[in-house]
This record gives sequence, C-alpha cells and structure tokens, in this order.
Amino acid sequence: MTETFIDESQNRSLWGDVWAQYKTHRGALAGTAVFLFILLAVFIGPFIYDVDPQYLDIRAKNQGPSWEHLLGTDQLGRDMLAQVLQGGRVSLAVGVIAMFISLVLGTFIGLMAGYFKWLDGPLMRLTDLFLALPLLPLLLVIIMLFRDTLRSMFGPETGIFLLIVFIIGITSWMNTARIVRGDVLAQKEREFVLAAKSIGTPSRRIIGRHIFPNVLSPIMVSATLGVANAIITESALSFLGLGFPSDFPTWGRLLFDGANYMTLTPARVIWPGLAISLTVLSVNFIGDGLRDALDPRIRGR
Amino acid sequence: MRLTHFMMAAAGASLLATTALAGSHEARGRDGHANIIYWQAASILNPYLSGGTKDIDASSMIIEPLAHYDENGNMVPTLVEEIPTVANGGVSEDLTSITWKLKEGLKWSDGSPVTSADVVFTGEYCMNPEGGCQQLAKFDDVTGIEALDDLTVKITFGKPKPFPYGPFVGASVPVIQAKQFENCVGAAAPTCTEQNFGPIGTGPFVVTEFRANDTISLAANENYREASKPAFATITFKGGGDAAAAARSVLETGEFDYAWNLQIAPEILAQMEAKGKGTVLSGFGPLVERLMVNLTDPDPALGDERATVKHPHPFLSDKAVRQALSMAIDRELLVEVGYGKAGKVTCNVLPSPEIYNSTANDSCKVQDIAGANALLDAAGWVRGSDGIREKDGVRLSILYQTSTNAVRQDFQALIKQWWGEIGVETELKNIDAAVFFGGDQSSPDTFQKFFADIEMYANTFDGTDPEAYMGNWACDKIPSPENAWLGSNMPRYCNPEYDAMVKEMAGTADINERARLAKAMNDMLMQDYVMIPLVHRGNVAAASNTLDGVKLNVWDSDLWNVADWSRK
Amino acid sequence: MFNFTIRRLIFTIPTLLFISFVIFFILDTAPNDPTGNLPLTIPPEVREKIRVSLGLDKPMFFRYLLWCQQFFINEPLNMIEQWFDITIGDGERLRVQSWATRSPVVDLVVERLPQTLWVVGMSYVVGILIAIPIGVISAYKQYSWFDQIGTFVSMLGFSVPTFFTGLLLIVIFSVQLQWFPSIYDTTLRVTDWDSFVLQVKQMIMPVMVLAFFNAAQISRFMRASMLDNLQQDYVRTARAKGLKEKTVVLVHVLRNSLIPVITVIALGVPQVFGGAIITEQIFKVNGLGQLLIIGIQGADIPLVQTLTFIFAVLIVLFNLIADILYGLLDPRIRYD
Repeated sequence: MTETFIDESQNRSLWGDVWAQYKTHRGALAGTAVFLFILLAVFIGPFIYDVDPQYLDIRAKNQGPSWEHLLGTDQLGRDMLAQVLQGGRVSLAVGVIAMFISLVLGTFIGLMAGYFKWLDGPLMRLTDLFLALPLLPLLLVIIMLFRDTLRSMFGPETGIFLLIVFIIGITSWMNTARIVRGDVLAQKEREFVLAAKSIGTPSRRIIGRHIFPNVLSPIMVSATLGVANAIITESALSFLGLGFPSDFPTWGRLLFDGANYMTLTPARVIWPGLAISLTVLSVNFIGDGLRDALDPRIRGR
Repeated sequence: MRLTHFMMAAAGASLLATTALAGSHEARGRDGHANIIYWQAASILNPYLSGGTKDIDASSMIIEPLAHYDENGNMVPTLVEEIPTVANGGVSEDLTSITWKLKEGLKWSDGSPVTSADVVFTGEYCMNPEGGCQQLAKFDDVTGIEALDDLTVKITFGKPKPFPYGPFVGASVPVIQAKQFENCVGAAAPTCTEQNFGPIGTGPFVVTEFRANDTISLAANENYREASKPAFATITFKGGGDAAAAARSVLETGEFDYAWNLQIAPEILAQMEAKGKGTVLSGFGPLVERLMVNLTDPDPALGDERATVKHPHPFLSDKAVRQALSMAIDRELLVEVGYGKAGKVTCNVLPSPEIYNSTANDSCKVQDIAGANALLDAAGWVRGSDGIREKDGVRLSILYQTSTNAVRQDFQALIKQWWGEIGVETELKNIDAAVFFGGDQSSPDTFQKFFADIEMYANTFDGTDPEAYMGNWACDKIPSPENAWLGSNMPRYCNPEYDAMVKEMAGTADINERARLAKAMNDMLMQDYVMIPLVHRGNVAAASNTLDGVKLNVWDSDLWNVADWSRK
Repeated sequence: MFNFTIRRLIFTIPTLLFISFVIFFILDTAPNDPTGNLPLTIPPEVREKIRVSLGLDKPMFFRYLLWCQQFFINEPLNMIEQWFDITIGDGERLRVQSWATRSPVVDLVVERLPQTLWVVGMSYVVGILIAIPIGVISAYKQYSWFDQIGTFVSMLGFSVPTFFTGLLLIVIFSVQLQWFPSIYDTTLRVTDWDSFVLQVKQMIMPVMVLAFFNAAQISRFMRASMLDNLQQDYVRTARAKGLKEKTVVLVHVLRNSLIPVITVIALGVPQVFGGAIITEQIFKVNGLGQLLIIGIQGADIPLVQTLTFIFAVLIVLFNLIADILYGLLDPRIRYD
C-alpha cells in the first residue's frame, strides 16, 4: 500500500509535498522562525550592536543590566550581550556541524549493521570500542598530536574549530548507531520489507526507500539531543585547554564561567542558558516537523 | 599512668604557656566533632609517597616532624627539646652535622615509646633508592643519620650546610614509626596500603577510617603528649568538589568548620562571607604569580633546537621589550580582580620572609603605559599599519601560555589588553594543569619545554630558606633536550655573576649575609626582566565563626595547630 | 537465541582484549603525567625518580602485559582466596595498584560502589519511571498541552547542563532554604529511621538533577517511537478487532515501541557504573565518577585503565543484553 503511494507522489515532486506538509505543522514553523531569528541575531547582530566582546572595562565589572550594557557585564567588565551574540556564532556552528557529522556517521553505521548481517558483528564491536574509550585522555592525545599542526595550517581559530567539530562528531555517533541498528533489525523483518525483497528490490533501494524513512524518528531525536550535546561538550573542551583561546566567548563557556557568579549577576547564566535551550527547542520542533513531513503515512492524510 | 599524663601536660604547659593555661583544666575531646573540607581529597597519609599539599596537610594531624614552623615562620620544637643551632651546640661549628634531642616520655598513638631509632628509620626509609620518596630533596647532601642514644639523633652532611633544617622540619618530613613500617622499605613501600592509610603517629589524632580520595575519620589520640588536647573528640576530613563549594559549605551553609585553599573570585568570597557564618583568613608565604620570559626562540621551524639556548629569541632578547611588557601591567588591578585580600602587589620573585624582601624594584608598582611606549619607541620598535610594533621585519607578537584556571584566564585577558595598548599583539593559550606541569617528555605543552614566548604560573619554596629556590635560575638548571628538559630555569637565563652568587650563598651561614645575597640575586633577575612578578599570592582559608584557635600558617601545614582548635 | 548468546560471549573475549590494549595505548600516550599535580617545590630530579619507581621507565608493552597479568590472573585469584578463605600458592601476588593512593584499585572500586549505585543508579531508575509514562502520554495525545509542556521541560532538561542545575539546586535548597546538605556524607550508615531520613535528604538533590537529565532523553525516544507505532497498520487491525484501547496502547504499541528505548537504557546502564562525573563532583558524592576523574587528572594509569576496562566489559555485556531483549520484544528479529 505504502509502495504505490510513493510512486504516485513522485509525479507531484517529493519535496513539494514535504514542504506542503511541513507548513501545516505549527510547532515546526515556530521552531523555524525562532531558529532563523537566532541565526540572524548572531550573524547580523554583532554588526548592529557593535560593542567589542573582548574589550575589558574593568571599572564597570559585575554590573546588572543597564542601558549601557543591556545584559550587564562579567567579572572583567566585558559586555554580556556582545559576548552572547559573538559566542552564538561558534556555538551554533559547532552544534550543528558536529551534530551533522555524528548523525551521518551514526545513521550510516547503524543502517549497515542492522541490515547486513555480516557487517553487524564488526561494526557493533567498533561501536563498543568507541563507547569504551576514555574520553578525556583521548582528547589529550588528540590535542597533543594535532593542535599545533592545525594551528599552523589554518590559524588558531579555524584550526581549533575544525578540531573541535571533528572530535565531538567522532566521539558521539555511537548512541545513534546503536539506536538506528536496533530499529532496523525490527523494521527489516516487517512485511513491506520482506515484500520488497521478494520482488528483487536491490538492498540499496530497500534501505533508502523502506527502512530509512521508518527509522527517521529516533534519528531526529538524536539530532536534537546532538545539538545540545555538542554545545555543552564544546565548553567542557575549552575547560581542558583544548577549546578556543580563553578570551573567545561561546555559549557553553559563558554558562560555565558564569555559574559561580549566579547569585551576584544572574544575567550571566540566564542568557547563555536561555540561548542554548531555545536553540535546542527550535531544532527539536524542526525535527518533529521534518519527521512528520517525511513520513508518507502522515503526509497522505 | 595518670601521673605521667599529668607530668606531660605540665611540661607541655610550660612550653606553650599561652594556650595551655586555659586548656589544662579541661578534658580531651570535650568539644565533640569538627568537620574540615579540602576540595582536593587526600589520597594517602604518607607524605613520603605523595608530596601533594592535601596529603601532607591531612597527615600532619597524625604524624609530626621533629620541629615545625609557626604562623610567623619561626621554627618551634615539636618532638624535640629545642631547635639545635651553632650557638647552643646542636649544629657543629663546621656546619656539617646537626644533633636533635627528643623530648622524654613521648609515645606513639599505640602506646609504645618514641625513640631515636624511629627517626633513623624514617631517614633510611626516604633515602632508599627504590622507594621513589617524594621528599628526597629534603635529604640533599645527607651522608648519615645515627642514633647517639635512645633520644639523640645526629645527622651528618657531605658538605657544610648553612641551613641544616631540611630533614624532619616541617609537615612534609614527619617521623614515622619504625615498627609499623619496617617491612615497607624500598620497593615494598607502595604495597603497604594499611600503613600508608593509617600511620601510627604522635600527633593529636589517629585515623579510624580512611577512604582514599574521599573522607578520613579521625579520633583524638589517647596518648597525645598534652593531656587536655585536642579539644575535639572526632574530626571528619572530607575531600572533593571545588573551591567555591568548599567555601560555601563553611561560609554559607555552615556544614563545615574549616575550608582550605579557596582560590575563587574575591567578590564571590566577600559575598559568601557577608552571610556571617564564617571568616575568610589569609596569610602570605613566598608564593608569587609571575610571567616567565622566554629568552630563546620557540619557533617550531627550528625542530629539535626549538627553545634552546642555541637560538636567542627574536625580540624578547631585547631588554627594552621585556621592560616595556612589565611596565604596561597594572598590578593593583590584577590583585583586585584575581585575589582581593589574598594578594599583594609585588615587584620581586622573593617577597617573603620579610628580611629577603628587596625594595629596589618598587617602581613597577605603578602602571606606566606612556613610559613603556616611549621605551619601545626609543628602542626602534615602530608601530605598523595595524598598530603592532615591528623592527627589521620582526613583529611584537606573543604567544602567552598558562595552565587552565579561572583567575589565570582573567589575568591573560587583562594583560593582553594592556600589551595591546603598547603595540604588542598577544595570542592566548591555556593548557590542562596536569599536562602543563606534568613534564611528560612527549608533550609539547609542558612548562619546561616552554614552546611559547611568555608563560605564567606561580612558584614558591618550602619552609623559610630561599637558597634552593634562588638556585633555580643558575645556568645549569636550564631545561634542554640534553637533560630531558629537566630544569627549573624556564627563562633560560644564564649569567655568570648570578651563578657566582648562588655558589657564595651555599657557603654562607650568617643570616644577614644570606639575606643580602638573596636580595642581590632577586634584584638581578628583576632588573634584567627575565621574570615579571605579578602578584604576591596568599593562602586563603575559611573558618567557621564557632571555631576557636585557628591560625593560618603559610610556612607549614594549614592544620599545624589542630590540637589547639576548640569550639567557642 | 542460545547459540547466538554463546557465540557472542566467546567473540567478546578477543574484543575486550583488543579494547583493553587500545585503552592502555591511549592512556600511555596521553601527555599528562603522575607528577604533574605535585608542588613545584619538588625538584625535577626527584620527579624523575618518582617516575622510575612507578615503573614508567619500562617499555609500554611490558607495562601492558604486567597490567594484564595483575588484572586477569592476580585479581581473580585474590578474589577466590577472599571468598573461600583459602591460600593459593604463596598468596603473595601483586594486585593492580593505584599510583596516587598506593592501594589496590579493586578495593577502591568496591568502596565506592555503594554511593554510586545509590545515587546514580537510583537516578536512572527514577528517570526511567518518569520518562516512560511521559513519553507514552505525550505520544498518545500528540500536540496536547501535556505534550507541549513535556517537550519544553525535557528540552530544558537536556540543554541545561548538570553543572548548572546542580549549582542552582544547592543555592536554593542548601543555602537559602537550608533543607538539604550540600555535601554528601559517604560514611553515613543507614541503621535506623533517622539515618535513613538523612540518607534520603542527602540523595534528593543529586538524584533529581540526574533523573531530570536522563528522563529528558529517554522520554523523547519513547515519544518518537510510540508515535511511529501508533500509525502502523497493526494498530488499526487491533482496534478493528475490538480490543480495548488500553490494551492496544499499553500492550501492543508500547511493546513494539520499546526497542529504541531499550537501546538507550542499555547504553545508559554502564554509565551508571561509570558514575556521573560532574554531578558527583558538585554534590561531593565521591563515587566512581569522581574516582575516575581524579585518576585521569593525576595520570594514574593503573586506576584509569582498570576502571575504564570494567566499564568496557559492562558496555559489551549490556549491548548483548539489549540484543537479546530485542529478540524477546519482537520475535521476528533473529540473529541465527
């Protein structure tokens, strides 16, 4: 049944259908709007609100919100709004790209392991290995081996950005892989897959057409959780001295540094915390909408 | 039995008249329970196997040295009758031996007598080549330790030792019981878990339960030499968390009575103290936060010869640049931002004890951006189009590294801004402390390798004698690939005049003459600007307002007088 | 299924050996050093001697084999000796010793298990108990106010890190209200009602922080999976057959939706053992997570190697258990 439906819809352009369905999802639209707003704020914002986030005005330290400093200042008199805007660029970029790497890697490995029996053993043992690796020492090794090379090749900021995105991506795909594989194991025994197999559909098509759309839900959840995870992990990395130089703000870092000042200047934790939560929430709704839109059964209704 | 107790109490009272007068009428353990928190947990109670401050401090409640330092840095007898000196005949005229005389009637916590054999054993225990003793430096030049009789110990040195108070003075070199540790010598040392977790000592407390890296439960030592002490019957020594949490538990929630080493932002500490449950204490030892200037070229292109004396630094070898970097720093502000009450402005690397403190460099106390700019102009460093100074194609661009620590990162940001004002570009880098201070041969990020232009950390010395500390900057202490980067002379400073003074100090016994030499060495380092002192750092602790008798001691363990603590 | 389990178990041994070697290699290559946290007053020559006394002058492969011998031969023998109160051979065997504490690592682990299981384990149980009903209801009433609030709260739970929520709880409940202690007492023994109350009080905050975080994650997967299954044909069939709605949802749909949830839980259980590094640190619980982080910071290779390896064993084991559970939940899944 599902089969014939997809074939018919091909004529009407798959992506047009997806968009039509996506539009009807109110949460998804709101999420998209918020996400776009955050994107605009952090990429265009610093040009409008052009206070240097690294400028220290020590006489104005630990201030609450005022007209001069809309979100107050930190312990060295740096403007918080400027830092939140500036920090968002890196946090968003790290969050989204690292999530993407880990998602692609995890989904691919999960699909392969779940579908092909002969790949299941080796790939899942690889997953076990990665799950078991002690993260902190591994990071220290990676910093030692690659930091200076990347720094000289791409400069301190780009080099470290690449390193961070790579590290987060490579160390967080395992959950997605296990979850996807588990689901694939169940899906591939379902009637429609067996039917497709029996008429000789090639594996590539079965995976792409029949299995992948049906394991999309957990992947979308993983994506949402992945963004949050990447943003927070970045702050943990900078704590280890692996992250960006210490005067380079990111949301995770701002939240971490501000935690001890919670009772003195609450604005320092509220805004970066809110920014992270809003981002994750909007990604979650976008994910919800996309999942519904990509699901042929719902789209049909 | 009761009589000896009384006699001991009387003897103790005459020695420490002030505190004992009130205490001798009252019973041991009268004040019940006290809680101490160290945010780094103690992992072992044997300072010979772990030189960490947390471990030494914890063990100082249980095992004691022959003599210790009081809160003013004076040596006072612990297990001995008096401090041996040349004047009282305890130190030989040629400065090659020192003779200690133990007090009579001292007992270990298991009731057996303390004898000179225990002291001799402790020395042999640490000097055993296979033991990996972490306090070995305290026994430098010791050639023999012998028991002259049951209570007398003579330590001989291979060369004249103007300051013979290394072995058995201070909490890091306590006396352990020979009977308990006799099977733990050399390679067997680390296998004696039971002994290392519960040493038998002479101190005011004994261990009842030791949970490594977590909690130590202690009870009053029934055989302690002063009958009325300690006032507390039991103590819980908790470890873990972070400095802010430790401070909170004393100052805000009142769950704990004493918290150690509170390196947190001064405004947060002040806010916590305002709750009125406890008091912040600070004291100043010789700890100085400083910048080390790399006089050699850390350029990666030099390969194996990177940061070695073969290649002088392209611009930091110019004294004018080093001086300008120092002049641009506002030390008052650094103190205010990073340490508050726990910091003082200093222009010396040797600011303490007082007799060693030089006043010759005090001009650095005031920031002088204009002066620094003028100095650089005069030296031919001119501003390029981007505002960064350069000369002969060399840009004043600095890589500035330090360990990861909130205060240090604040300092980096401030100093970067000031250096920007004098046309110097700065890139900041922070490294995990275990890597930075770890000295791993394969890591490029250690403070010894110093693959950066400027690095920042704090250094100090044990006890009150600066001889070994000032020796750190002699030519033969320069780290290099030849000595596997083992060296303490990070700036790679090499000056024959300095070396001559180091040698002279090693042969001088007179305290005033030693002070003159130490000051001269300090001034030479300062006026050559190879090290840029920033802040004279104090120790900060917090004590509950219900606790009496706490005296912060920067020269010895924080818990040096825990026997005198009581409840108000 | 039985054959599959046996085959997997046998294949586990070389896998784990390989993992243990990779872990050792990483720990050994890592640039942190056991003398790194010592005061600078200890001179470099003495540091070198300390390293030698820890055996760091020996080649890496030798040290790895030594660890293998200590962990795979000496420790089990020692355990047998203790259980049956007998002596095998001369009884003098070197156990895996931590460098920082100079005591057997296994004893440290045993000492810390109670607080970790109490706090982290309890938080996981609480998390699952909260998450599954929330996930089921959210999916069944998709886009209702319950679902929207649930989504918002769980996103908050996942995006706000525990170092922040933990500190917030301490500031509110320990400093302001003074209800709960901010520092966990590991020496507390539960012997009567009063000590039980104390134990509950000191557990509430860390358990809540972690449970909130875990529940946020699990409820999202539960909800997503339920939504998928609610739209399947078999649900329509079941309803058409006149089964009660409760039976349809709670028996058929829930059962089929559990696969991703089982995976997430199986991934999480070893982490219970691994402790929660940040939460333990904030509440001073000093369980296995804190032991691990202290070991890593101090480059205590034997300690970190042993802990990580035990962790690896649990990961492999629980993934196997998850695979078996898949088969039980959905009999169509076959491995043979």
